[in-house]
Amino acid sequence: MNLRDDVRGRLSFLGGFKVTLRQMTRPRVTAQYPLEKKPKPIRLHGRHVLNRYEDGMEKCIGCELCAGVCPADCIYVRGADNPRDEPVSPGERYGYVYEINYLRCIHCDMCVEACPTEAITESKLFEFSFTNRADAVYTRDELLVDDEGRPRQLPWEDWREGDDLHTSAWMRATSPSGDASYEGRVQWSGELGYGVRAPEGGQSGRRDDEATGIREIRDVYQLHLDDADRPPDAQGYRGASNRARAKVALRRGAIAHRRGKR
Amino acid sequence: MAGVLSHALALDPLYSHGVHWVELLVVVVKVVVAFSALILSVMLMVWFERKLVSDMQARIGPNRAGPWGMMQTLADGIKLFFKEDLLPDRSDRFVFKLAAYLSIVPAFLAFAIVPVGGLVTIAGHTFELQVADPPIGILFLLAMSSVSVYGVMLAGWSSGSKYPLLGSVRASAQMISYEAALGMSVIVVILLTATTTNIVGSLSTRAIVNSQSHTFFASWNLIRTGIVPFVLFLVAITAELQRPPFDLAEADTEIVGGFNTEYSSIRFGMFFMAEFMNVITMSAVIVTLFFGGPDGPTAHVFVLSWLIPVLWFLGKTFVFLFLYVWIRAALPRLRYDQLMNLGWKVLIPASLAWALVVAAAIVGRWWFVGVIAGLVLGGALLARSLFVGTTRGDLIGSSTSGPFGVRGPR
Repeated sequence: MNLRDDVRGRLSFLGGFKVTLRQMTRPRVTAQYPLEKKPKPIRLHGRHVLNRYEDGMEKCIGCELCAGVCPADCIYVRGADNPRDEPVSPGERYGYVYEINYLRCIHCDMCVEACPTEAITESKLFEFSFTNRADAVYTRDELLVDDEGRPRQLPWEDWREGDDLHTSAWMRATSPSGDASYEGRVQWSGELGYGVRAPEGGQSGRRDDEATGIREIRDVYQLHLDDADRPPDAQGYRGASNRARAKVALRRGAIAHRRGKR
Repeated sequence: MAGVLSHALALDPLYSHGVHWVELLVVVVKVVVAFSALILSVMLMVWFERKLVSDMQARIGPNRAGPWGMMQTLADGIKLFFKEDLLPDRSDRFVFKLAAYLSIVPAFLAFAIVPVGGLVTIAGHTFELQVADPPIGILFLLAMSSVSVYGVMLAGWSSGSKYPLLGSVRASAQMISYEAALGMSVIVVILLTATTTNIVGSLSTRAIVNSQSHTFFASWNLIRTGIVPFVLFLVAITAELQRPPFDLAEADTEIVGGFNTEYSSIRFGMFFMAEFMNVITMSAVIVTLFFGGPDGPTAHVFVLSWLIPVLWFLGKTFVFLFLYVWIRAALPRLRYDQLMNLGWKVLIPASLAWALVVAAAIVGRWWFVGVIAGLVLGGALLARSLFVGTTRGDLIGSSTSGPFGVRGPR
C-alpha cells in the first residue's frame, strides 16, 4: 500500500460529513404517521377475509389445510356437512367454525397459499389494535365478507377509504401462478363483489403503481441511493430530468384531482 | 494598556475601597441573566441537535410541542420532573445525590468566565459583558472541567451497579488523558497573550480576547498559534465533553446508558442538561480562545452598538454548536484502544511539541531552530522505535526466515 492510499484510507471518515450534509437536501423518508399514511404495497399481508362466490356461497370447504400449514398455530377450523336444504358452500362440507387468533398470527400468508378454493385471503389492513384478548380472536362471523363482498369493519379497525377495494384475491409469493409465462392471465375464480379480478402486474413493469400510488415512495427511496445503485433510467442527468418531469406530471395530476373533487 | 483598562473598568480585585451596592447589583443582574440565558440556550440546543440530526438522517424529528417542536425539551423536562425518583438499593445514597450536582454546577460556573461582549455603560457605570473576569480565568475553566470528572466518576461508582461503574471508569480515564492535551493547547494561547499585551502572563479571558482584537481574523489566535492548537483543542474538548465520537462513557450499545444508567427523573435530567450546557460553554470557550470572542467589525447603531459584538460572539458560537451536532451525525464511535492511542500517542505529543516550538520562538531565533531540530531528531528516533515489530507481517510473507524459520513458532 503506498502512502497516498494509506492517508486516504485514514481520512476516509471525513466522507461521513459529506453524506450527512447531502441528506439534508433530500426529501424525508419518514411520514407523520397517524396524520399522513403512505400507500400500501399491493402484496401487503394484513388481516384475513373469508371470501364468497358470486352467488353468495362460501368458498371455505372446511378442509383444515390452512390450520395444518399455519406455522404459528393460530387458525382453528372445524368442518361440517352442508345442510341439505340450504347449503352454505357448493361442496360437500363447509367450515362451521373458523377462528384466527391475531395474537399469534405472523401474517406469513401460508394459509392463503394452502387454500384449495381461494377461500381465505389477506386484506391489507394492519391497523387493528384490539384492547382485550377476546377481541384478538376473529371468528367466522367477523372474517366472512358481507353480502356485497366487502369485509366487515370492526370498531377497532382503522379502514381507510378505498382500503376494502383490494382486500381479496389470491396472490402467489413470487409471480402469478409461480410462473412468469402466466403473467397477465387471470388465475383466480370469480367472487362476490368483485367478479373476476384483473391480474396483477407481475414481475415486469410497474402496472400496479397506478392502483397503489406507491411510485412516489419508491422515487423518494431512490433519491437516497447512490447513483450507481439506481436503475439505469434514473442515473445521472437523464435520471434527474426524468424525476423533474415526473414531479411536474404528479403535481398536474394532483391539481386535476382536486378540481375534479370540487 | 493594562492601566487604561483597569482604570476604565474601575478594576479593583481586592475591593480595598469597599463594595458599593451598585457593584453588587450589577453582579447579581449578570448572574441572573447569564443563568437564565444558559438554561434557555440549553433548551434550544437540545431541540436544535435533535432537529439537525434528524435532518441529516432523512427523518422529520420533533415537531409536536410548539412551533417546529421547539418546546420539546420543555415538555421532556416537565415529564422528567414528575417521574419517580429512584435511588438504587445498593447505591451510596449521599454520593449518588451529590454526583448530579457535581456535574451540573461546574457546567454553570464554567460559563462565568466567557466574555460575551465588550463594555457597556449604563447610567455612568461601566461594566463588562461577562459574569466574572478573575485573573486566573482560563485556569478556572480547566478546574471546572476537572471537577465535572468527579461528577461522572462518582455517579458511576455510587450507583452500585456494573454498567455505570464501567462507564465511569472509561469516563475518568478518558477525561484525564485528554485534559493534558487540552492544557497544552491552552498554554500556547496563554504564551501569545503574555507577549502581545502588557498584561504579562495573564490568564484572564478578557485579556485573551483583547489581545486578539487588532484586525479581523488575522489577529485571532487561530492564525497566530498556527491552527494546530485549535485542532488539538477541538478534539480534546470533544473528548472532554464525552460527545460522539468519544462518547464511550455512555455508549448505549455497549454499556446500557453508561454512568447515568441508574439515574432517573430530574437527576438524570441534570446530567443531560450538564452535558448540553458544557457543549455550549465549550463552544463559547473555543470562540474566546481562538476566534477573538466578540471581536468583529462593528458599526455605531444608536445606543445598541454594544449589541454587535454580542451578535458576533453568538454567531461564532453557533458555528461550533452546528459543528458539534454535525460531528455527532457523521462519525462512528471510537473503540477504547483507538481513543487512548489518539490521546496519548497523537494529541499529547503534538500539543507538547507545538507548545515547545511556540515557546522557543518567543524566546529567540536560535532557541526556535534548536527546538525544531531536537523535535525532528527525537521524532525520527521515536518513529523508528515504534515501527519495530509492526513490520513482522512482511517478514512472514517473504523468503527471509526469522529465528523460528519461515512460519514462526508452532
